[in-house]
Amino acid sequence: MSFLEVQGLKKVFAGAGSRPDTVVFDDVNFGLERGEFVCIIGHSGCGKTTILSVLAGLEQPTSGLAIMDNREIAGPSLDRGVVFQGHALMPWLTVMKNVAFAVRSRWPEWGADKVRSHCQTFIDMVGLAGAEDRKPAELSGGMKQRVGIARAFAIQPKMLLLDEPFGALDALTRGTIQDELVKIVQATHQTVFMITHDVDEAILLADRILLMSNGPRAVIAEIVRNTMPRGRTRHTMHHDPQYYRIRNHLVDFLVERSKRYQSGELRDAYDPKHPPAVSPGLEPEAAPPANPSAQPAAARPPARPAQVVNLHP
Amino acid sequence: MALRDTLKAAALSVVFLALLLAVWHVATLPKEKAAASEDEYAKLLGKGAKKSEGFPTPAQLGATILEHLREPFYDRGANDKGIGIQLGWSLARVGAGFLLALLVAIPLGFLIGMSPLLHRALNPFIQVLKPISPLAWMPIALYTIKDSSVSGVFVIFICSIWPMLINTAYGVGAVRRDWLAVAKTLEVTSVRKALQVILPAAAPTILTGMRISIGIAWLVIVAAEMLVGGTGIGYFVWNEWNNLNLTNVIFAILVIGVVGMLLDFAFARLQKLVTYVE
Repeated sequence: MSFLEVQGLKKVFAGAGSRPDTVVFDDVNFGLERGEFVCIIGHSGCGKTTILSVLAGLEQPTSGLAIMDNREIAGPSLDRGVVFQGHALMPWLTVMKNVAFAVRSRWPEWGADKVRSHCQTFIDMVGLAGAEDRKPAELSGGMKQRVGIARAFAIQPKMLLLDEPFGALDALTRGTIQDELVKIVQATHQTVFMITHDVDEAILLADRILLMSNGPRAVIAEIVRNTMPRGRTRHTMHHDPQYYRIRNHLVDFLVERSKRYQSGELRDAYDPKHPPAVSPGLEPEAAPPANPSAQPAAARPPARPAQVVNLHP
Repeated sequence: MALRDTLKAAALSVVFLALLLAVWHVATLPKEKAAASEDEYAKLLGKGAKKSEGFPTPAQLGATILEHLREPFYDRGANDKGIGIQLGWSLARVGAGFLLALLVAIPLGFLIGMSPLLHRALNPFIQVLKPISPLAWMPIALYTIKDSSVSGVFVIFICSIWPMLINTAYGVGAVRRDWLAVAKTLEVTSVRKALQVILPAAAPTILTGMRISIGIAWLVIVAAEMLVGGTGIGYFVWNEWNNLNLTNVIFAILVIGVVGMLLDFAFARLQKLVTYVE
């Protein structure tokens, strides 16, 4: 059993008035190992954010369940830190107080000094030393998102949920914060589940990438293993030939295959309980199962080897 | 540049004031010639030589202001009290009614803002009660409370409550869902959520309601005191009208205006304190 186990997750939004209900996603299954960084990519409307909300405990699935650390996720919990899309800082509080708000919730018994020094550690970690007493309105977009990250890390959750945290940032800022996030995650061995639209971001950060087909009735179409070792950086990873193989695979999926699950074209060979695991650029047999239990599907014969073969340039 | 504009505006204000006073002065100059022939007639009718000279001149008003300010707190019986005492009564009534309204409106506004069900259930009552002139409640207040001074407080209470209630409910209902989600994921208790997330988030809107309320309360207290009598700035105006002392009436009007402005100014400052930039 994985650290996080998502089983048969389904979400239906009731239609307004006479309009029919919308099945956003149906029978979503995947797992996360402790310390793993997993990104989920898909087009708008496939229900990525809803999946994240279910994991955060902010929304109830229509059916199915998510189990973290052998306990079913039934509501919000301090065990899961969330970084929201729109940073969600409280504008009337300073940087320090925004982080302290979270820390006090986690450890209400702590004294003021302890809270302060704990917050300071995480503010320093995201490179915001010196900005403690500024209000969010006085910060740039990148700095605001850093505060959001510091706030989520500061409660030392078992799992971190990131909802497209860098979507609103310019490319340069995004790159810097991605680098920082890599460092922090590697130093803290944090388990992370992250939504992104950015293929390069996913390749840089994720150990595995969940590809979602288009909604409604979206599914996890494939689980792509990042075949580049950890320690990759933005500056060097494009020298690795694997980079383009992974990238092409992801882009091909988003442009081409992501729509074909809706029509049922690709559904016949597809088993939602075990979405095919692919390792672009490597022979399926040669896929190195770094952690065999991490990928139950890896033990099975690949569902569509032809698709993997297609990826060879 | 900004300073120069401020100075320009101030200078222009002074010019307007001077113009106003000049026109007022000219318009109230004693008409000596015309009055001379009528003097005999007046004497025949038994009217005293110290006949009321009608509308006061700016100079007379100035003298009256000085006189009042020299001794604002004198008390020579029920109908002759210093302006400071009268103002004190009015402010005390406004303060008491406003505070009571605050104590009811803010918690109730919180409930209405957080519960769409309560909002819908109470909305018809609010919509019907809100447009009623607060003075219309006076007979009922006098009958049930049987104390004119407390009835005044009640009238202030009933007129201050609506803007505060509606604004609190709106502010609480419009708190960004993101902040509530943050509070939820941090397992924040509901009391802490109300005090540390919803209250600061809604504070600017709540303060707007309070500012509107205090303005209305100050408008209404004058009318209420004219009705119930006894003490207060409204009673002072009515009493001086009965004395045909227009100088005192104009003085009281000025005082009402200045105090109203100061109240609004104070709430504007408070509002600035709790306003945040997103």
